[in-house]
Amino acid sequence: MAQSAPRPPARPPFWNDPLVRSIIYQVLAIGLVCAVGWYLIHNTITNLQRLGVSTGFGFLDRPSGFDISQVLIDYNSTYSFGRAFLVGLLNTALVAVCGIVLATIIGFLVGIGRLSRNWLIARLCTTYVEILRNIPILLQLIFVYTLLVSVLPAPRESLAIGETVFLNTSGLFVPRVIPLAGAGLFFLSIPIAVVLAWLFARWARIRRELTGQSLPRNWITLLILVGLPLLTFLATGRPVELEYTTIGRFRPQGGFALQPEFVALVVGLSIYTASYIAEIVRSGILAIGKGQIEAASALGLERSQILRLVVVPQALRVIVPPLTSQYLNLTKNSSLGVAVGYPDLFSVAGTINNQTGQAVEVIAITMAVYLLFSLITSAFMNWYNARIALVER
Amino acid sequence: MRLSSLLGACALVALGATAAQAGPTLDAVKQKGFVQCGTNVSGLPGFASVNNENQWSGLDIDLCKAVAVALFNDPNAVKYTPLNAKERFTALQSGQIDILSRNTTNTLSRDTALGLDFPVINYYDGQGFMAKKALGVQSALELDGASVCVQAGTTTELNLADFFRANNMNYQGVVFENNDEVLAAYDSGRCDVLTTDASGLYSTRTKLQNPDDHMVLPEIISKEPLGPAVRHGDNEWADIVRWSFYAMVQAEEFGITSENVEQIAEETQNPDIQRFLGKLDELGAGVGLPNDFAVQIVKQIGNYGESFERNVGMGSTLKIERGLNALWTDGGLQYAMPFR
Repeated sequence: MAQSAPRPPARPPFWNDPLVRSIIYQVLAIGLVCAVGWYLIHNTITNLQRLGVSTGFGFLDRPSGFDISQVLIDYNSTYSFGRAFLVGLLNTALVAVCGIVLATIIGFLVGIGRLSRNWLIARLCTTYVEILRNIPILLQLIFVYTLLVSVLPAPRESLAIGETVFLNTSGLFVPRVIPLAGAGLFFLSIPIAVVLAWLFARWARIRRELTGQSLPRNWITLLILVGLPLLTFLATGRPVELEYTTIGRFRPQGGFALQPEFVALVVGLSIYTASYIAEIVRSGILAIGKGQIEAASALGLERSQILRLVVVPQALRVIVPPLTSQYLNLTKNSSLGVAVGYPDLFSVAGTINNQTGQAVEVIAITMAVYLLFSLITSAFMNWYNARIALVER
Repeated sequence: MRLSSLLGACALVALGATAAQAGPTLDAVKQKGFVQCGTNVSGLPGFASVNNENQWSGLDIDLCKAVAVALFNDPNAVKYTPLNAKERFTALQSGQIDILSRNTTNTLSRDTALGLDFPVINYYDGQGFMAKKALGVQSALELDGASVCVQAGTTTELNLADFFRANNMNYQGVVFENNDEVLAAYDSGRCDVLTTDASGLYSTRTKLQNPDDHMVLPEIISKEPLGPAVRHGDNEWADIVRWSFYAMVQAEEFGITSENVEQIAEETQNPDIQRFLGKLDELGAGVGLPNDFAVQIVKQIGNYGESFERNVGMGSTLKIERGLNALWTDGGLQYAMPFR
């Protein structure tokens, strides 16, 4: 056997072997990247030492000495720089989440509105997209913020609803909910209600598929979502207390305050990003062939069913990948909050940088956090995309 | 490990690459033929601002010009880099600028951990508050609950936190990057109070829509020795900045002004003054400057008193009293080391 096999052609010299060559190139490329990286790091450390600038991450444990106007966790000037970072990080996360939710809602409404047969709605939505998409986001943020603080009344002339809600240049003040003993059960009942509602929806779908009977699903879901927490709330003897806002000498004191900086940033980012999302949504819907909708009608589906069962699942496949990019953009654009006085991560990091002088470390941490945020968002959206992808048979 | 080092590397490209070539500042400055001076971005009238003829002027600008005159005998051999409070130290550390003359407070941590040196203090200041008269506030101790506009990355921001904490009062700080944004927020009524160095308050007040509706509260809550900063360890360059400024202060003490400096240089028989004006001894050479550098500085910029009055004092719109910035002979703190 061995003798009868044709003699293999002489092996080419190793430098002509494509496999070996590609390995060599890759090793060279990685080596080059590492060498450049090492050079930069070494050079920087040497230079910083020569300049007498402190290095290292020890500063994270030192007291920060400055206050932050919006905090989601306990913080004041005696806490550490590390804690200040965390406060900034949470503020950024808050803006990103609120912005993404709001931008998605506005974006979908406007996107669908552009396709409306109502001439006025379609034109209004087109105007919205064309104006907001074509003005730099920084200008829009400053515009919204300036508008807010110039239109709103001074704290002493607050707009008030009774003695509970106040609106002025310092923000929107509403009573704060303070949990008392036993409130844990109430707060626990909310996620339980959500899970129950989800289980019910699942069961109802399976039942419908098996028996063809459909239940008034929306009403029952609403009942579970509202009813269970409400029952728990009453059963545990209303375990919360309201802290009311009082008009002080300067701005109102106490209660929960929504600051104009936060509102300006969330609104500015949302309406800007929504203009892109609207276009993405429109393209997604237009991507579905007319024949699909006609076929669905021919099967006897109602308009809402066509939308829910035929159009949306296919449109989402087109919409979700570019939507992810918009979510990432919104998160990254939130670093513009510094222009309207919002204490986001970038703003806090800037202050820390200035107080410690350790630009390299501070910028590295900040970049790492934004990268992490983006990777998490991407991972979630990729998971969602995989879930909604059409199973092609 | 590799990810973090790559990240670090990216952050460092700018800093590392420029710092590598910074070298001794004097050589670099002489080679390029001008002084790169970091200054206030949004303009602080009296200290650093651009006038109608598009020329920089102010007390901090005069210091940069004095150095340029000492080195090149030309007050215009200066290029300005406007910086906000957050950018300023990185700009100096990275070698982007040669002097930071931007009403910067000298503190221990800036002097040490930031790798800076403060050769002199050209304005002794303290932090104060400004409020609308309509609020009826008479003292900073009545500010419990106020919202306060403040600039990010300043000692002001830290003193503010300390002051309210020490007096057991609440406040809401609204922090902006640039002085102009701070001012706009205060003017629009977003904050009840604006805080910065007292000199900054007087200067800022002139930019408000109705300056007379606002008052500076009497309390001074901190020491703010403001002065130029240079990179730590470049002593030759620090010496040049230090003695260029001292020449202005010493001239005032001698009663030498831009008007009479040449005449005095010709006529004086006082060896102290002769030495100062380079007629005796070789003092300039010790600093690496021409022997008549003091004459040129005083002739082209003026003495410290002239510069003060012209920019922030009675000859300006700010009308700030000399106060702590009077000569030591008049009960102030400005004191030049002896020229000998």
